[in-house]
Amino acid sequence: MQTKRSIFTNRWLPYVLLAPQLIITLIFFIWPASQAVTSSFERQDPFGFRTTFVWFENYTRVLSDPSYANALWNTAVFAFGVVAVSMGFALLLAVCVDRAIRTARLYTTLLVWPYAVAPVVAGVLWWFLFNPTIGLLPYILEGFGYDWNHRVSGGQAMALIVIASAWKQISYNFLFFVAGLQSVPASLSEAASIDGAGPFKRFWTIIFPLLSPTTFFLMIININYVMFESFGTIDATTSGGPGQSTTTLVYKVYVDGVAGLNIGSSSAQSVLLMGIVIFLTFIQFRYVERRVNY
Amino acid sequence: MASIKISSVRKVYPGNVEAISDLNLDISDGELVVLVGPSGCGKSTLLRMIAGLESITAGEVRIGDKVVNKLEPAERDIAMVFQNYALYPHMSVRQNLEYGLKNRRTPKAEIEQRVNEAARILEITRFLDRKPRQLSGGQRQRVAMGRAIVRQPKAFLFDEPLSNLDAKLRGQMRIEIKRLQRSLKTTSVYVTHDQLEAMTLADRLVVMNAGRIEQVGKPVDLFERPASLFVAGFIGSPPMNIFELATLRQLPGTTLPASIPAKADLVGIRPEALRLEEPAEPFIALEGTVELIEPVGGESHVYVNLNGIETLATVVVQGRLAEGEGSHIKLFMPASALHSFVSETGQRVE
Repeated sequence: MQTKRSIFTNRWLPYVLLAPQLIITLIFFIWPASQAVTSSFERQDPFGFRTTFVWFENYTRVLSDPSYANALWNTAVFAFGVVAVSMGFALLLAVCVDRAIRTARLYTTLLVWPYAVAPVVAGVLWWFLFNPTIGLLPYILEGFGYDWNHRVSGGQAMALIVIASAWKQISYNFLFFVAGLQSVPASLSEAASIDGAGPFKRFWTIIFPLLSPTTFFLMIININYVMFESFGTIDATTSGGPGQSTTTLVYKVYVDGVAGLNIGSSSAQSVLLMGIVIFLTFIQFRYVERRVNY
Repeated sequence: MASIKISSVRKVYPGNVEAISDLNLDISDGELVVLVGPSGCGKSTLLRMIAGLESITAGEVRIGDKVVNKLEPAERDIAMVFQNYALYPHMSVRQNLEYGLKNRRTPKAEIEQRVNEAARILEITRFLDRKPRQLSGGQRQRVAMGRAIVRQPKAFLFDEPLSNLDAKLRGQMRIEIKRLQRSLKTTSVYVTHDQLEAMTLADRLVVMNAGRIEQVGKPVDLFERPASLFVAGFIGSPPMNIFELATLRQLPGTTLPASIPAKADLVGIRPEALRLEEPAEPFIALEGTVELIEPVGGESHVYVNLNGIETLATVVVQGRLAEGEGSHIKLFMPASALHSFVSETGQRVE
């Protein structure tokens, strides 16, 4: 394949054009990341006067801390919940919109709106809806005899952050699924219906396998979202509580570093988190992508 | 195997767009009927209505003795070959062939046997374990055919199956489809816009225009006795020359043959029927200059600028024309080769 190539006669122009992006990446990503790596090997005294190099002590401490294991488990539950709920709902909505002919564009536009909402705002919104004292949903649930109080129940708190985080991500997943569905030729579905497959069978044997590249891509994106971007939602809804039941890895990084001022441990955790995400992505590319069809 | 009976079928799309109006067509058991017409004439819509992919606004479609209007495509027991083949890209060729049988809960041993048989007939046994993307256009076409024949359906529906192939392969596959259909004797409806394909494949040809049937008949009959100006222009390549009788009358020294009906105001003549020498029967003579010569293998297409007539006349000459471009030429229209039409209705008159 031939690629379009621009040739700059001015030697400095390309560098000038690249500079803004490079500077932003350097200041906001590379520099803090490298600082995190350095400080993960250091310990500060309580007053911040002295830092000592402690090798891997921060890491060993974190890894032997039961609350870290708890956060790891919470993250796994949270990640599974958000990925399953957001992708499941998104796919369902996308299939519905794909079937609607006249108003498909309107639905698409409306369904994308939540994506424009900031995580904290989404958190506050669901915090209000699920507020045990003034919220609408606990009131309705009470009518069914169900007592909702996520300030007390860890399981309900987890459900709350899953719903709040998934809700925001549904829009994003939905857009990709709609695009994915539209790229599956209608004739395939028609051929399958002539071949005697009902609507459900058609979906699971023909359309869903052909969507697998989209599904795979979204899975990676969603796991990254869960790992990093869910902080705002959690902070605004449960603040990691009750009793650390919704403290995920990224939230623990914040709690230990910003609230607890244990920079060393927090940095070690952030480096570990990065490692986990890289590892997961690697695993996915290595094993899941092989099964991705066509 | 079954006949297909289409009675008073209409198709109206939302917004009151009538794609097909009051169409009747009987297709007998084992027959290969070709629907041909320009794009937008409703031929694909009609096929999709038979398949059940398109709802029927009014009228009745019968396959065998069963009215199928309300049946799902799967329940109609037909197989369709799509223009883009519509092979399932994530399945191997074998899985593609098996899919329809598995959905119908055919016993495993029978599936195996039928798939192998179909693969043998179509010579795709070697590719059974490949994915469609690893196949060439012609091989994909065979797989699409295979998927139709393993099911042993009541009817085959073909929706322009050869239009994505190059000219040489198209000719080859055309012959194979015809041979296959002859040996299987399965009722087939074949849609195409290619009139050569239509002429060569059809047991019976249906020429459609603007949602209506213009003429139904054997390809040779349609060629020799087109019922309307539309059919005359659509069947045959290069198309028929049409002249206004009023213009011909004014040409110096012309007497029109008595065989032309009084009602007619247009006459047509096939490019192959125009003579360079005076025929023994009554004729109309024309004169003109050779505008362009297209050598087409064994014959030449000659375009002649006639004196006193605005449109170019097309003549098919066997071999090569002795005269070159720009030279003066005389043409003769034998009375027996003339087709007479009424311009107002567009219909043929005898």
